[in-house]
Amino acid sequence: MPYTADKPSRAESSEQLRARIPGWGADLDPRMRPSVPKERFDPGLNGAHWEFPDRQPETRPRERSIEHAFLTPVFGTSAPPKGLSGVIRRYAYRRFSEGRAAHWLLLLGADRVDAVESHLASFVTLRPDNPITETGVVAEPSHHPVASRVGQKRADLAHLPLDPVLVVGPWLLAGGLVLAGVRAVVRAVRR
Amino acid sequence: MRAMVYRGPYKIRVEEKDIPRIEHPNDAIVRVTLGAICGSDLHLYHGMMPDTRVGTTFGHEFIGVVDQVGPSVRNLVPGDRVMVPFNIYCGSCYFCARGLFSNCHNVNANATAVGAIYGYSHTSGGYDGGQSEYVRVPFADIGPTIIPDWMDDEDAVLLTDAVATGYFGAQLGDIVEGDTVVVLGAGPVGLFAAKSSWLMGAGRVIVIDHLEYRLEKARSFAHAETYNFAEYDDIVVQLKKITDHLGADVAIDAVGAEADGNLLQHVTSAKLKLQGGSPVALNWAIDSVRKGGTISVLGAYGPMFSAVKFGDAMNKGLTLRMNQAPVKRQWPRLFEHIQNGYLKPNDVVTHRIPLEHIAEGYHIFSAKLDGCIKPLILTAAA
Ligand SMILES: NC(=O)c1ccc[n+]([C@@H]2O[C@H](COP(=O)([O-])OP(=O)(O)OC[C@H]3O[C@@H](n4cnc5c(N)ncnc54)[C@H](O)[C@@H]3O)[C@@H](O)[C@H]2O)c1
Ligand SMILES: [Zn+2]
Ligand SMILES: [Zn+2]
Repeated sequence: MPYTADKPSRAESSEQLRARIPGWGADLDPRMRPSVPKERFDPGLNGAHWEFPDRQPETRPRERSIEHAFLTPVFGTSAPPKGLSGVIRRYAYRRFSEGRAAHWLLLLGADRVDAVESHLASFVTLRPDNPITETGVVAEPSHHPVASRVGQKRADLAHLPLDPVLVVGPWLLAGGLVLAGVRAVVRAVRR
Repeated sequence: MRAMVYRGPYKIRVEEKDIPRIEHPNDAIVRVTLGAICGSDLHLYHGMMPDTRVGTTFGHEFIGVVDQVGPSVRNLVPGDRVMVPFNIYCGSCYFCARGLFSNCHNVNANATAVGAIYGYSHTSGGYDGGQSEYVRVPFADIGPTIIPDWMDDEDAVLLTDAVATGYFGAQLGDIVEGDTVVVLGAGPVGLFAAKSSWLMGAGRVIVIDHLEYRLEKARSFAHAETYNFAEYDDIVVQLKKITDHLGADVAIDAVGAEADGNLLQHVTSAKLKLQGGSPVALNWAIDSVRKGGTISVLGAYGPMFSAVKFGDAMNKGLTLRMNQAPVKRQWPRLFEHIQNGYLKPNDVVTHRIPLEHIAEGYHIFSAKLDGCIKPLILTAAA
């Protein structure tokens, strides 16, 4: 087709589509679309019976973005920062805004430290981390591991071999640290 | 109570945790009866979202029964069966007052650039999620809604995210009658976006993925034309060929941070975390849509920068629209569509997994085994 002013012709008319597809065009009129326009000022609509919410008590120091004026009235209390990862996390929040890559890189780094710390800590509990059950790979034999992957053009197979590196990496690191620790102790005792 | 707990990338287990307490007068505690795993959870599971702490419980798609309410709660009483939108929001701030529920300013202490989401890392507020037997639901008078009698539980849980998100994404496309819409990604979100595009009056809906079984679903469930990008040297050229070399009017990114199709992008983002996400699908959307067209971004990306082809977007005069879905805003109209039989949410459910086996559920969904499209999580307390 030459490049002209016409809109390309359609394979199916609206009537044909309406007959073929349940609900075709039910929201053709933008007024039927609940998210149009994007902003719709209606403070009464949401059921809030406060102008500003009550404040949730801050029972321990809660890290927050320095882009906020104050601690938000409601906040999550899952997994407070602890250990070395906690120190890094608190520093990332205290020192860098969300606009800084350092903020996010520190938080991602803290996540990796947290994983290693937690694996190590789990070894002195009654329930050490178990890489077999925790990765869910036990589901493989019963869920068509070969048929799901072989004979198909799955683009993700290209990086499949990399996934185990991420999974095993922290273990090797944790193992290495334990080994180094044991060696240091042995050496100290021998001396 | 029993709860899913994150132990580090690709590792989760079920632990005994304390039942959550009322921490704010407008909190409720909900006993979860049915949950789900979302494509977004995979970004956490793969360790891509900054400040995902060991010990947190994921899960932002759940329904349940109100167990306790705080002293200021007026709209719910214990025993009510509720569906809970994935957004946590106050209902009263600048953003909530304008309908931007997913952008609430009063609920996420950790970040101003994202609202709060159940079980979605500290970057999204540090709340535990619903892949557990009980969950703390802040602002009980705002988000949760009593499940209508006629509604199926599985449909209700899908409405808490995937259905509402796909429907929202089609609206972001500003589709006009006869438009050609390309949907990248045939996961639950993409499937509902494709289906919803017809409701808006699209003339043609094209779905792109590399998983044949999902494309099959896109054809049968969403009446879409489909292309497997792994079968083409360059999917952008293919999309031009089938749209008179002008390009589609609208493209919807329903893939997000872990897009495949470019190993370098994948490795630098998903593996090395050097960028907030692999924008392969987003870049395909930018390049395959026509000049002056609209891109709707539903796919989630991390807060770090990503290598997006912004120059092309600018030179083509594109409109880029995006957000986390303000779920509850979609519900009244979606309820009508479901009652009219235009949409059957649980058609995409493929797996129903007991909470105790959730680690296997994550693996099956993540590795796309066994034809998995949408896994639901069954709690023992149900
Ligand atoms: N905006 C929101 O409110 C919101 C809500 C829910 C989910 N999400 C996001 O939407 C995305 C999809 O969620 P889902 O539950 O459907 O996840 P999913 O993982 O099941 O689906 C993603 C699909 O994209 C396909 N894919 C990968 N690379 C592709 C590429 N380059 N081109 C086309 N397809 C490609 C995958 O094969 C998969 O089928 C995720 O990023 C999720 O975080 C956003
Ligand atoms: Zn989700
Ligand atoms: Zn708000």
